[in-house]
Amino acid sequence: KEDKEEDESKEEDNGSQQNRACRRKNYQRRNRDGKKAREEESQKKDRGKTAPTKDQKDSENKEKKTTKRGKEGKKDRKNSTSSASSNSSDEESLSEEELAMLKEQVEQKKKLISTMRNKPWRMVKKLSKWVKFKRDFENFKTQCIPWEMKIKEVESHFGSSVASYFIFLRWMYGVNLVLFALIFGLVIIPEVLMGMPYGSLPRKTVPRAEQETAMDFSVLWDFEGYIKYSALFYGYYNNQRTIGWLKYRLPMAYFTVGISVFGYSLMVVIRSMARNANESTADGDDNNFIFSWKMFTSWDYLIGNPETADNKFASITTSFKESIVDEQESNKDENIHLRRFLRVLANVLIICCLCGSGYLIYFVVKRSQTFSKMQNVGWYERNEVEIVMSLLGMFCPPLFETIAALENYHPRIGLKWQLGRIFALFLGNLYTFLLALMDDVNEKLAEEDVVKNITHWTLLGHHNSSAGNASAVTPPPLDPADVPRGPCWETTVGIEFVRLTVSDILVTYITILVGDFIRACFVRFVNYCWCWDLEAGFPSYAEFDISGNVLGLVFNQGMIWMGSFYAPGLVGINVLRLLTSMYFQCWAVMSSNVPHARVFKASKSNNFYMGLLLLILFLSLLPVAYTIMSLPPSFDCGPFSGKKRMYDVIQETIELDFPLFVAKIFSYVANPGLIIPAILLMVLTIYYLNAVSKAYQRANAELKKKMQMQREEEKNKRNNKASTNPMLQDLEDLLTPSTKTESPPKQAEDKKTESLNGSSPVRKPGRGEVLAGSPMASGRGAAFTPPSQAFVTQPRTLGVRAPYPGQPRPWGHPLGPVPGRGRGQPCYPPWAAR
Amino acid sequence: MGNKQTIFTDEQLDAYQDCTFFTRKEILRLHGRYYEMAPNVVPMDYTKDPDVKLPMQLIINMPELKENPFKERIVESFSEDGEGSLSFNDFVDMFSVLSEMAPRELKAIYAFKIYDFNTDNFICKADLEKTLNKLTREELTAEEITLVCEKVIEEADMDGDGKLGFADFENMISKAPDFLSTFHIRI
Repeated sequence: KEDKEEDESKEEDNGSQQNRACRRKNYQRRNRDGKKAREEESQKKDRGKTAPTKDQKDSENKEKKTTKRGKEGKKDRKNSTSSASSNSSDEESLSEEELAMLKEQVEQKKKLISTMRNKPWRMVKKLSKWVKFKRDFENFKTQCIPWEMKIKEVESHFGSSVASYFIFLRWMYGVNLVLFALIFGLVIIPEVLMGMPYGSLPRKTVPRAEQETAMDFSVLWDFEGYIKYSALFYGYYNNQRTIGWLKYRLPMAYFTVGISVFGYSLMVVIRSMARNANESTADGDDNNFIFSWKMFTSWDYLIGNPETADNKFASITTSFKESIVDEQESNKDENIHLRRFLRVLANVLIICCLCGSGYLIYFVVKRSQTFSKMQNVGWYERNEVEIVMSLLGMFCPPLFETIAALENYHPRIGLKWQLGRIFALFLGNLYTFLLALMDDVNEKLAEEDVVKNITHWTLLGHHNSSAGNASAVTPPPLDPADVPRGPCWETTVGIEFVRLTVSDILVTYITILVGDFIRACFVRFVNYCWCWDLEAGFPSYAEFDISGNVLGLVFNQGMIWMGSFYAPGLVGINVLRLLTSMYFQCWAVMSSNVPHARVFKASKSNNFYMGLLLLILFLSLLPVAYTIMSLPPSFDCGPFSGKKRMYDVIQETIELDFPLFVAKIFSYVANPGLIIPAILLMVLTIYYLNAVSKAYQRANAELKKKMQMQREEEKNKRNNKASTNPMLQDLEDLLTPSTKTESPPKQAEDKKTESLNGSSPVRKPGRGEVLAGSPMASGRGAAFTPPSQAFVTQPRTLGVRAPYPGQPRPWGHPLGPVPGRGRGQPCYPPWAAR
Repeated sequence: MGNKQTIFTDEQLDAYQDCTFFTRKEILRLHGRYYEMAPNVVPMDYTKDPDVKLPMQLIINMPELKENPFKERIVESFSEDGEGSLSFNDFVDMFSVLSEMAPRELKAIYAFKIYDFNTDNFICKADLEKTLNKLTREELTAEEITLVCEKVIEEADMDGDGKLGFADFENMISKAPDFLSTFHIRI
């Protein structure tokens, strides 16, 4: 039987030998080795003969196939080196049979590797053009993101929480840009291009009485004069149903754009929150190696530019400091009762402050309403509300911060509390502002009725008089500037919001300039001739006020949302403001601020800022929705003039522009009988999804706990290694799948392979000796060691602990002779030699 | 293949391609870089396997290595004589291991060597402190340094000997998401 197999293989050899002369050598060598193996194995009873011979046949076939594919020369060399190494591996003191088995495996794997190395390599070359294109596109896209370098610079010097403010600012800029594009493209441009020009209609003209002062700077600064009667404000728009040759339905567009501004903002905020929520649950698993990874994987070896290197050093230092702060916080253990008591106390104090300020504002607003009825009000009485609000806004936040020192929170959490409290304070401001505005609007509405009558009679009078002069000719229309004008409350509201935004911008910039820059200059230059050290003591350099700036941004956006329906140009102003803000604040931070004393990592999810934004979005939606639904539009200005309610424009459009069935559908849909079940269905869906998400969270937490327990078990197992019975230790080590023996052959480099072969098997021989006499295919099946030998030998663990009896450390390093490429001989203790 | 180059024999080039992750063209380019560092010392003809080594000072001034805080250690780890002078083989070896195509296990071996400043095959506390100082340009206070080093040992030391052996290091680095992308030099 064996002879037949030999003959067959010989025939195959001959066939192939006709093709390649150089392969003859390898086949002969292989046959020689194979024959030796076969002879050895035929002596053993417990091993099937078919297995090795089959393996050999497979290897031969494989070799034929692979060589046919090309790069034969390489293969030959590989085979020769592999057989060379397999020859030299004879020197290892393993049994002949084990040697053959190992050799077979090694050769097979090497062949596999060589084939693998060929094919994927070529595929990578082919794919790489597409991959390269994708990579370039990604690079281009990331380069398009504005201010990326600036923000990275800020981040490396000031930490991730300061940088998160700028990232938030950039995001807001993006959202505002989209809103601006919507409003500008769909409302302002059509009216300017296709609508009636300035001066043709009363609503588009400065009234005669105001015309002399209309160009004065002070008037323009107050947004009166020519600015008031421009496309920036609601009042300019004509209520013509369709304009221009496009038959563009401007009133409908105005209404729809106003609604979609809110819709888009809502969608974008919620999408951002959902994305952040995803990211925050994704990690949190790899908390185990934070410092190790920071130490060993944070430096980017690709950096070649000195400036980038500087930034990287700074960011690594900051990152370490952040993690140190986190670590120190988690290590603090104090009296928990004292801490709780102090926190409750602090909260009580702050609630008292908030209530006090709320009452103060209410009181002052009431007073101002009585003042406005009086005559002879002084400057203080007129501006009392603004003064009180500014004072509160200036002094309460630092007060909150001082009280918050009692609470002793982690800085990140402390920041959130501070933000929440200042938010509550600013809500008071908002309340007064809205209240004042509503009073104004109601007044104007009352006034409107009066003016409507006056206008009506004036126009009638004009007609009659001109009809009297020339009977047949149509009377010349009254000059638009002379027509008595209604109060146009919408434009007034718009003007109020624009004024508020502009003054907010100015106050912010001046605060930064004075509070940060001038202060920094003062500290820097006057320090030389001042009694105490200005830099270390008061006032020192300013730290970047994250909470103040974030809240400013959020409230500003709320104002924009509220005002954009009545002043379409407001969003454009905001875009400009955000753009200049980015550059200005980046410069101010880098030049005048110092990093926080305790640099802390921004919370992984930006959801806190988003949550605030969402709240403000709803708060700003309410007044607008209320005015749209319940207040009648002015009779002579704006796109909805003449209608009973603003939303009537929808009805009108459906009736006149859409086919009949659409109107029917809408009337059915608007039926309460349909709407209430729909709302119920949505509520049920929300409840269900909430329950599902809670279940997932619970499952997630359980899995995390399990993994944590497993890791700790592993750690304990390794730590307790020394204490367990050495024999059991041997068994355990052997029973773990010895992937270490299999990984060295996988190295595609021969030289590296040799050095690794020198290293990892060094760990094995100890066990190999222990298992003398039993087959050691891959370290498995090693459960039954004769005890006598086990006591004498011990496995080589890293950091050789137990010296061998009578031997002071037989070999030097656990890694063996690793440096360089030479393949060192692992040394064995004398009693293990065969 | 067309171009007749006389720097290496074909067998040498094939051997280089076998043992490193570079292609023929890249190996020739590497030789160009090696040559231009010291044109009067490095021969153009490598067919006879000349025994030429460049000192560390020249190598660490390469633009790819100049800004790296660990440049001396990198060169020392790949140098055969341990002093930091690299023969061309060592030079190619170094960039091959640090290239994109080298596998994680290989990189881990050399990373361990690089961060083992006292070459005792363990990353002990002194090694960690040196690494940290190089990374932060000594801007951390002494207690911060101690805290970080203790945390690192606490996180990664599995066998409890107070220092990181290769197994500990490999176990830790194999899970690191950034390791492959940061431990990479493009040449």
